[in-house]
Amino acid sequence: MDRVPIIKVGKYLLATIQTDVQDHVAVALQEDLAARIIAARARLVLLDISALQIVDSFIGRMIADISGIARLLDAEVIVVGMQPAVAITLVELGLTLSGVRTALNVERALAMAGIRDQA
Amino acid sequence: MTSNPSVTPIPLVRAGYEGILAMWIAVQKRSATARPDLISDADLARQCSEVLSMLLEGLASGSMDVSSPGWEGMRATLRGISLSRGRLGFGPSETALFILSLKEPLFGSLQELDPSSRIDAILELNHVIDRLGLLTSEVYQQGREEVSMRQQQEMLELSTPVVKLWDGMLALPLIGTLDSERTQVVMESLLQAIVETGSTIAIIDITGVPTVDTKVAQHLIQTVSAARLMGADCLISGIRPQIAQTIIHLGITLPDVVTKATLADAFVAALDRLGQRVVSTGATSTGR
Repeated sequence: MDRVPIIKVGKYLLATIQTDVQDHVAVALQEDLAARIIAARARLVLLDISALQIVDSFIGRMIADISGIARLLDAEVIVVGMQPAVAITLVELGLTLSGVRTALNVERALAMAGIRDQA
Repeated sequence: MTSNPSVTPIPLVRAGYEGILAMWIAVQKRSATARPDLISDADLARQCSEVLSMLLEGLASGSMDVSSPGWEGMRATLRGISLSRGRLGFGPSETALFILSLKEPLFGSLQELDPSSRIDAILELNHVIDRLGLLTSEVYQQGREEVSMRQQQEMLELSTPVVKLWDGMLALPLIGTLDSERTQVVMESLLQAIVETGSTIAIIDITGVPTVDTKVAQHLIQTVSAARLMGADCLISGIRPQIAQTIIHLGITLPDVVTKATLADAFVAALDRLGQRVVSTGATSTGR
């Protein structure tokens, strides 16, 4: 897999990482996502990483960076479905992604987004 | 050590088998380390005869090295006996003396050899029995270690129950001292339970944790952060007054962690986050 598919669902973008990603795929995802946020005028990006079983500091950094890039473009990232092993690794690496919202699954993330839109 | 055929004690030992066996059992029974309360006469006799047969088999293999393949039967027999004695409650020296006490009757059976070859034979057999004694002790030790490791594992499993309090709400009542290994298990089982139950809120209750130092606090913060990364919020409850003081005196801050005094308070706060409320029905239970 060279590219992570990014799907537009209504006002949201949904990027699903389907396997363990290599560094260049992660970099490509950052670029694609930035471009798609502008093109689709999306305000919310759901980054589904439930299939991700292994992370290193680079991928952890990448997730934090995507959130920062999206914020600059006036969109919010919700990280969805992080696995226990991944969460433990990131915490041990000191990457607690503070300020990034998280959700257990896409359904809950959409519920969170719904609450935000009403407010 | 190679065996010289002229001094080989095998025929003598074989010929004196019954006598050696009877004497060996007698020696063990009258020794101070005899434990008639732990092992019956029949079992003792059976174990002795097994070991003696295996000794003959080992000697017949021609090698005096007890780690060689010819002694496999002996090693297996001793292993079984040592483990079973460990379970029965025999002490380590009692278990080792079982095999060492074979020396006296065994050497006694070599009377017929001429003095010089008798010394050779005794030295050789002495060496063999000593090695077997060491083997017995090692196996005994291993058995004990296995038991203690299993108990430790069981304690780890027992001490980290994750309970479901409400739909979408988990509680983790921690009892006992938290060390790194235990915290790792706690963290893993909590995160796993979050995935399995799809819970969005978890209460970590530390009422039963006697002391909180910087390390334990660090572990708690890590657990809370990891749960948050997965999309679940954590509340910490049951911080006792002394512990609150210790935490402050140590200069530990618990940033972004919601703490409540009691599990009940945390439960109410958690229900609130789930958008639910417990109301009184008006009727009072008689509480028979």
